[in-house]
Amino acid sequence: MADILVVVEHQDGVFKKNTLSVVSAAKALAGLSGGEVDALVLGDGVAAVADAAAGAGVRKVLLGEGAAFAKYLAVTFAGAVAQVVKEKGYGAVFAPASTFGKDFMPRLSGLLDAPLASDIVGLEKDGDALRVKRPMYAGNAIGTVTLTGTPFLFTVRQTAFDPAAPGGAKAPVETVAVAAEAGGTAFVSRAETKSERPELTEARVIVSAGRGIKAQENFKLVEELADLLNAAIGASRAAVDAGWAPNDWQVGQTGKIVAPELYIALGISGAIQHLAGMKDSKVIVAVNKDEEAPIFQVADYGLVGDLFKAVPEMIAELKKLKSA
Amino acid sequence: MKILVAIKPVPNPDEKVKIKGDGSGIVLDNIKMVVNPFCEIAVEEALRIREKLTGEVVVVTIGPKETEQQVRTALAMGADRAVLVEAGTDLDSLAVAKVLAKVVADEKADLVLMGKQSVDDDNNQVGQILAAVLGWPQATFASKIEFAADNKKANVTREVDGGLETIEVALPAVVTTDLRLNEPRYASLPGIMKAKKKEVKVVPVASLGVDTAPRVKVLSYAPPKQRAGGGRVADVAELMSKLKSEAKVL
Repeated sequence: MADILVVVEHQDGVFKKNTLSVVSAAKALAGLSGGEVDALVLGDGVAAVADAAAGAGVRKVLLGEGAAFAKYLAVTFAGAVAQVVKEKGYGAVFAPASTFGKDFMPRLSGLLDAPLASDIVGLEKDGDALRVKRPMYAGNAIGTVTLTGTPFLFTVRQTAFDPAAPGGAKAPVETVAVAAEAGGTAFVSRAETKSERPELTEARVIVSAGRGIKAQENFKLVEELADLLNAAIGASRAAVDAGWAPNDWQVGQTGKIVAPELYIALGISGAIQHLAGMKDSKVIVAVNKDEEAPIFQVADYGLVGDLFKAVPEMIAELKKLKSA
Repeated sequence: MKILVAIKPVPNPDEKVKIKGDGSGIVLDNIKMVVNPFCEIAVEEALRIREKLTGEVVVVTIGPKETEQQVRTALAMGADRAVLVEAGTDLDSLAVAKVLAKVVADEKADLVLMGKQSVDDDNNQVGQILAAVLGWPQATFASKIEFAADNKKANVTREVDGGLETIEVALPAVVTTDLRLNEPRYASLPGIMKAKKKEVKVVPVASLGVDTAPRVKVLSYAPPKQRAGGGRVADVAELMSKLKSEAKVL
């Protein structure tokens, strides 16, 4: 089969690790259907991103730079990727199922009239035919889908594919000339949620709070626990809708999909849409007053009790462990 | 301003999803179909824009005749009229976007609003594909829409990983709505009465000359892997000791 292209995500020149999982997914397809995996970096002054991508086990990195790519815009990016795909004849394009990939990949699908499978969690072969697995109905069903027409387009659920090892032998970086057409769109501003903590989708530990936290100021308690664990902080949709936590802390089908080694759910009842976002975590701890809360059905360690009593105790125990 | 709002009927998301025994589909018997929640937000936003800037709100949907029920819901909220493109339920995102593009061209809309994704297929594709097919600007995952004084441009704030991003789009454009854009109103009783008399133009999909053969086809459905949860601990001391020695995550 023809070669495979991975579109690399970065935030203002900082390589995002979700690309490593996307490379794994692309290699899974190469293993089934053949072809080589290349990476495409678009940006302005992003040699460091290309260098990081080059160490992720790809054949080569295509680097398209220009002032027009300094700020991400779906219209510019989709147009540029379409040009590269057409000129080089790629048979498949992969991107992360982040707000980056979810934004420009469907536009690419429209530009190329090519089928797109969103948020994929698996790839298989049935005879000669490719079968793609993807969650539907808020993760309550896994659909097996088949694509017709080329190239195949995929956005990848980061948590479903083990990340490719970074820092390997460096693949060559090749500069490509790509046109940039913003088509009536322009970047205005970006308000970053400032945090010293690891990103939700990249953290080893996540401490998450829901309705049971009762007020915004009580997130201090969550923060103290998170600090001791070097954890990211998450929130349920209820806590976000109540205005206690910023929207990009939301874990769930409509927020972020996470799968850390340890997920601590505090005062979260476990609505279907929340479970869909965290149930692939390796170890789940739940603290909730309501022993019937659905979160306990997915928790490895459920503690029925008041989080305002349990969390200070956890903090005290962790401090003891640290000083031991 | 003429605003086209694309809506989709979905099985009531508050009901438990059951997969047919043979995996061929989702059990829909006795499940109420409702307007996709993200589409309701799009309808609400269109009504608010009309209240401020005047104009017309046209609802469009694609599906079997029964879809008229969900169309009437949007009309009862306050939309002016509707177009129902009569088709099967097997259209994929590319087909839906191409059909919508025909309706948009026919209606000469200034703005297309739609939900960022439907809560059944969870594709999150149609708005962006439509924008590409039309050659229009797009702004996805909107949490705020502000129009320039001349109504020829809009600043759209988008919910993205890591924060909020604002982009400017020239109109006409496609904007897809996220959760926090607004809180949709309920249809009032007079609204429901009025909706019965509002025009719903039925257009057979075959008359639009669009190839609707699915390019992405769902062959089967299976339940997700179940997690063996349900473990309990008596107190924090037991929890911390198990996290350390059993789960080895501390």
